[in-house]
Amino acid sequence: MTFEAPGFWPPSGPEVVFLLLGLVAVGSALLVVTTRQLVHAALWLVLCFGALAGGYLVLTAEFVAWVQVLIYVGAIVVLLLFGIMLTRAPIGRSADLDSGNRWAAVLVALATAGVLVSVVVAGFGTAYAPLEPGQGAAKPLGSSIFRTWVLPFEALSVLLLAALIGAIVLSRTDIRGRE
Amino acid sequence: MHVVYPVVVSALLFSIGVYGVLARRNAILVLMSVELMLNAVNLNLVAFDVWLRDRLHGGQVLTLFVIVIAAAEIGLGLAIVLAVYRNRQSIDVDRLRDLSETGASGEAGPPEEPVGVGEDADREARP
Repeated sequence: MTFEAPGFWPPSGPEVVFLLLGLVAVGSALLVVTTRQLVHAALWLVLCFGALAGGYLVLTAEFVAWVQVLIYVGAIVVLLLFGIMLTRAPIGRSADLDSGNRWAAVLVALATAGVLVSVVVAGFGTAYAPLEPGQGAAKPLGSSIFRTWVLPFEALSVLLLAALIGAIVLSRTDIRGRE
Repeated sequence: MHVVYPVVVSALLFSIGVYGVLARRNAILVLMSVELMLNAVNLNLVAFDVWLRDRLHGGQVLTLFVIVIAAAEIGLGLAIVLAVYRNRQSIDVDRLRDLSETGASGEAGPPEEPVGVGEDADREARP
């Protein structure tokens, strides 16, 4: 699928939009891992997930984009905020959010980024995907889930039920282990 | 759309998540960084699905499955974090060293009052 790939310059309209959204996502992700306030980290996470949802929309994966907004922005961040409140985190700045191995973490992250980016640029530098609207709409995705992928779908629903029961058992205080 | 753009963005997001998991001390921030890494994987899956034009939409369906598994993981993870907080009054991952082999509380800096309370509660709960 490397047919008649247009050059990198000038970038097309969707590419410009995607690059701006990717810039927002990476910048807010950096703020998530460097901010000194717990609540702000969760709110920057909202911005990062929102920008990623926009990126999915540009990539014509509309259904995934709306699921991302519903579940990540709607449910997971709210759950994280509940966790922050229930652990009575300080609201303002807290000085000790980073542990002692911060510089080792910087080193490992830079090495990971270097390896991954150089590998993918070397591997997919010429790959070009023409975008066709409607590829990721709800109808083709739904028919493929309920035809081809129906068994993993059902297994996943059992997994969700198990996780639900596990979370209930873990968070109730009146259920004790067997003496 | 050149495939390089989404793939590079997802590589950068993944390394930011790696940094967060390694550098953060608060367990909830570690969970947030894990979510960042999962999102990087999702972006990769969607980009390659669009590039390869999978007729079965394997990439996007797997993205949906990863989102569901992330929801289950964050629910269980927060339940565990809250249980730890109930017992120890602290969710700093580098202070929870009861399972380390060499002098558990000696290395963890000055022993603080909440940690001692948590250990007592744990000792009482033990049969």
